[in-house]
Amino acid sequence: MKKLTAILLLSILLFQNYALSEDTEKLLKTDWSFKGLFGKYDRAALQRGYQVYTEVCAACHSMQYLSYRNLAEPGGPEFSQEEAKVIAAGFEVLDGPNSDGEMFMRPAKLSDKFVMPYDNVEAAKAANGGAYPPDMSVLAKARKGGADYIYSLLLGYDDPPADIILDDGVYYNKFMYGNKIKMPVPLSDDLVEYNDGTEATEEQMAKDVTSFLMWSAEPHLETRHKTGFRVIIYLIILTILVYLTMKKIWSRVETKV
Amino acid sequence: MSDKKQKNRRDFIFTATATAGAVGVGAAVWPLVDQMNPDASVKALASTEVDISSVKPGQSITVVWRGKPVFIKRRTQEEIDKARSVSLDELKHPEKDEDRVKNAEWLVMLGICTHLGCVPLSDKGEYDGWFCPCHGSHYDTSGRIRKGPAPINMEVPEYVFLDENTIKIG
Amino acid sequence: MSDNNYTPPSKIGKWFNDRLPLLTLANHLTDYPTPKNLNYWWTFGGILTFCLITQIVTGLVLAMHYIADTKLAFASVEHIMRDVNYGWLIRYVHANGASMFFLAVYIHIFRSLFYGSYKSPREIIWILGIIIYLLMMAAAFMGYVLPWGQMSYWGATVITNLFSAIPLIGEGITTWLWGGYSVDNPTLTRFYALHYLIPFLILGLVVLHIWALHVPGNNNPVGIEIKKPSNDTVPFHPYIVIKDAFALLLFLIIFAFFVFYTPNILGHADNYIEANPLVTPAHIVPEWYLLPFYAILRSVPDKLMGVVAMFSAILILVALPWLDTSKVRSAIFRPLYKQFYWILVIDVLILGYVGAMPAEGLYLLVARVATAYYFIHFLIILPVLGLTEKTNPIPLSISEPVLAGTAMATRSTGEDKIESKLKSLG
Repeated sequence: MKKLTAILLLSILLFQNYALSEDTEKLLKTDWSFKGLFGKYDRAALQRGYQVYTEVCAACHSMQYLSYRNLAEPGGPEFSQEEAKVIAAGFEVLDGPNSDGEMFMRPAKLSDKFVMPYDNVEAAKAANGGAYPPDMSVLAKARKGGADYIYSLLLGYDDPPADIILDDGVYYNKFMYGNKIKMPVPLSDDLVEYNDGTEATEEQMAKDVTSFLMWSAEPHLETRHKTGFRVIIYLIILTILVYLTMKKIWSRVETKV
Repeated sequence: MSDKKQKNRRDFIFTATATAGAVGVGAAVWPLVDQMNPDASVKALASTEVDISSVKPGQSITVVWRGKPVFIKRRTQEEIDKARSVSLDELKHPEKDEDRVKNAEWLVMLGICTHLGCVPLSDKGEYDGWFCPCHGSHYDTSGRIRKGPAPINMEVPEYVFLDENTIKIG
Repeated sequence: MSDNNYTPPSKIGKWFNDRLPLLTLANHLTDYPTPKNLNYWWTFGGILTFCLITQIVTGLVLAMHYIADTKLAFASVEHIMRDVNYGWLIRYVHANGASMFFLAVYIHIFRSLFYGSYKSPREIIWILGIIIYLLMMAAAFMGYVLPWGQMSYWGATVITNLFSAIPLIGEGITTWLWGGYSVDNPTLTRFYALHYLIPFLILGLVVLHIWALHVPGNNNPVGIEIKKPSNDTVPFHPYIVIKDAFALLLFLIIFAFFVFYTPNILGHADNYIEANPLVTPAHIVPEWYLLPFYAILRSVPDKLMGVVAMFSAILILVALPWLDTSKVRSAIFRPLYKQFYWILVIDVLILGYVGAMPAEGLYLLVARVATAYYFIHFLIILPVLGLTEKTNPIPLSISEPVLAGTAMATRSTGEDKIESKLKSLG
C-alpha cells in the first residue's frame, strides 16, 4: 500500500515535471468561460471573435475546415440563420463549371467552406516573406498550451533584448518558440469597432479571437461537457448498484470481496 | 417474514442493476447507429438553385439534388394539353397534372423510377413522356405512371420559383 | 475442461448441442471454477477484453468515415470531429481507448510479474500475451499514423527507419515498408489496411490466451495450485462476472473523464498540424505507452545496437518463465523478489520519463543506467535470486491454511490490496 502510494506520487511528480519542463516563459492567464466541468462558450465573445478573425486575421490565415453554416449551429457563435446567410453572401466563391464549361464566381452559401485568403500554401508563403500563416481551424489544439498560448502570443510582442538581433520582417515575441516570429503585431486598441459596443482593447480582442479559435478547434465542446457530466453520473450510479449486487452475490461464500 | 423481505430487497437490487445496465448499453449503442445517418455537411446541401433561363420549350435538363437526378422539363403546349386531357380513371395513381406543377410550363420531378430506382429515359415510351429501361415502366408527359411495374407517379420534390429564371429545389 | 459431458436440459438444446457444442462451451465458461481469493488486480483481463471490443467497434465506425489518402486523411478526421453525428465522441473514445488499453495491459503484465503467473504450467499463456502486446504496439503505432498529422508522419518516419539499422538488407526493407522513397501515400494505405487487420489477429490470440488459461485454471494471489472445483473456487458466473463488472465500471469512470474532459491530454498538440514532409517538429515523442522502449533505443549510441536493445527488452519477456528459477510463484512469499519487483516498476517509470525528455546530459545518463538495470533484473537478478532466496512458508490451501502465522499474513495482505485498489480507483 505504502509502496503503491509512493509509486503513484513518483509518477505524478515525473509527469508534472515533464509537463512544466518546456515552458520557459509562463503563459498569460485569463478566465476562459469554456474551462471546467461545465465550461461553455460565451456567445457574445465568439461573435466578436469572429469579427476580429474576419477583419484582421483572415487577411492571411485560412480556416479551411469551417463552413459558414457553422456560425449558426448550436454551441457556437449562434448567429441567426439569416445573419449567417448575410455573412456568407459577403464572400465570393468559385463554382462551376456551368453548362458552357466555364468556372464562375457566385456569392457564398451556408454550405460553403470559409473562403481562403490564398489559393495555396505556396502563394501564402510568397506573400508573407516565406512564412506560412498557419490554417486556424484547429490551431487552438495544435499548440502546446492551447488557448492560453494563443492569447499570450497575441499579447507577447515586446522590444527584443539587447543580445537578439532581428532581421527585417522578423519580430520579437516572448511566447513564440525561439522568440522570433514573422507575423507583425496583429492587434492594437480600437483596431476593430465592435458591433455590440464592447470597448475594443488589445486584451479584449485577443481574448475574443482566442475564444473563437477555441470554438473552431473544438466545436462540440459544450455537448461534450454536458454529455460527459451525464455519463459520469450514470456510471457512478451503476457502479453503486453493481457494488451492492456484488456484495449480495458474494455473501453466499465466506470470502470477502 | 424477514427472510422474505430480505429476498425482495435482493431481487430489487438485481432488477435495478440489470435495468440500469441495459439502459446504459442502449444509450451507448445509439451514437454508433446515428453516425450512419446523414451528417451535418450533407444536410447543409439540402437545397439547390437552378438557372432555367436557357431551357427552350420542349427541352429538359437534369440537375443533381441530394445526389439524385431532378428532371426540369419545359413543356410545350401540346404536351400540357395531352397531360391534362387524360381522365383520372385511366390512371394507376390518380393525380391531376395541375397538382403536379406550380407553373404549367415547367414540370419538376425526381428523375427516379418508383419501381426500383433507375433513371427513366425522356421522350420515350408509349405515352411520349418517360420510359424506364430497367423493367419497362411508361410515364406520361406529367410523369405519371401509365404502364409497367412502377406503383406510383414520379415524385415531385419541394421547390419554389425564386424568380422567373431560377428554381430552388429543396 | 472438466465438463465435457454436459447435457442441455431442453430437447432442442440437445439436438443443437450434438451438432455444434456451443452450449457445452457456454456451460464451461459459466461454471469455470475460479479461485475465490482473486483480488482486483485479476479483473484487468476482463477490462482488457472490453477495451479490445471497444476499439474494434469504434474503429469499425471510424473506418466508415475515414479516408486513407495523404491529401484527404487529415480533412476526413476533421470531418469526423465536426460533421459526423457523434463523430467527436467516437473518435475520442477510440483515441483515448488506445491509452486506456495500454494502461490496463501494463497493470495486467505487472500483476503477472508480481504473482508469478508466467511460471509453469502457464508459460504458453504468458508467451501468447507477449505476442498480443507486440501486436497491440504495432496496431497503436499504425493507428497513430492515420490522422496524418505531424506526429503521425514523423513517428512513421522514425519507426520505419529503425529497420534500416539491419545490416545489408535494412535499406531495402525500409523502402519496401514505405512503398516508395519516403513515408507517403502507399505507406498510409498499407498502414490503414494493417491497422484494420491486427485487432482481429489480437482477437484470435485472445481466444487462444483464454483457452490456454482454462487448461490449468487461474493462478491466484497465494500462488499455490488448488483443486478445481473445490471449496477454494467459485463458479465464474455470477461471482467473477459481477466482480469484473464492478472493476470495469470504476475503470470506465476514469476512461469517461479522459474522453469528456481532457480528450487531448494524452495526445500531442503537433498531431493537429497536417503532416509536412519538409518540417520536423521540435520534439518527436512517441505516445506515452511506448516511452520506456524509446528511452532504451536512445540510450545506446549505436544505431543497430539501439534497435537490438529495444526489441530485446520486449523479447526478453518471452524467456522470463525460464529466467525466473524460483519454484515459488507469488511475491508474497518472496521477500527479496518483492523488493526487486518494486525497483523494476520504478525503473520502468524512470525509463518512461527520460523517454519523454531530450536525449542529452543527465537524462541520457539516467536512461543508460535504467536500461542497464532493466536487463540486469531479468538476466542476472532473477536467475540468481531464484536459487539463493530464502522464501517464506507457503500455506497448503487458500481456505484452510495449515501454517496459521503465514495465513494471517496472507489474508491481511490480500485485504490491504483490495482496499488500496479501491482507494486508487475510487
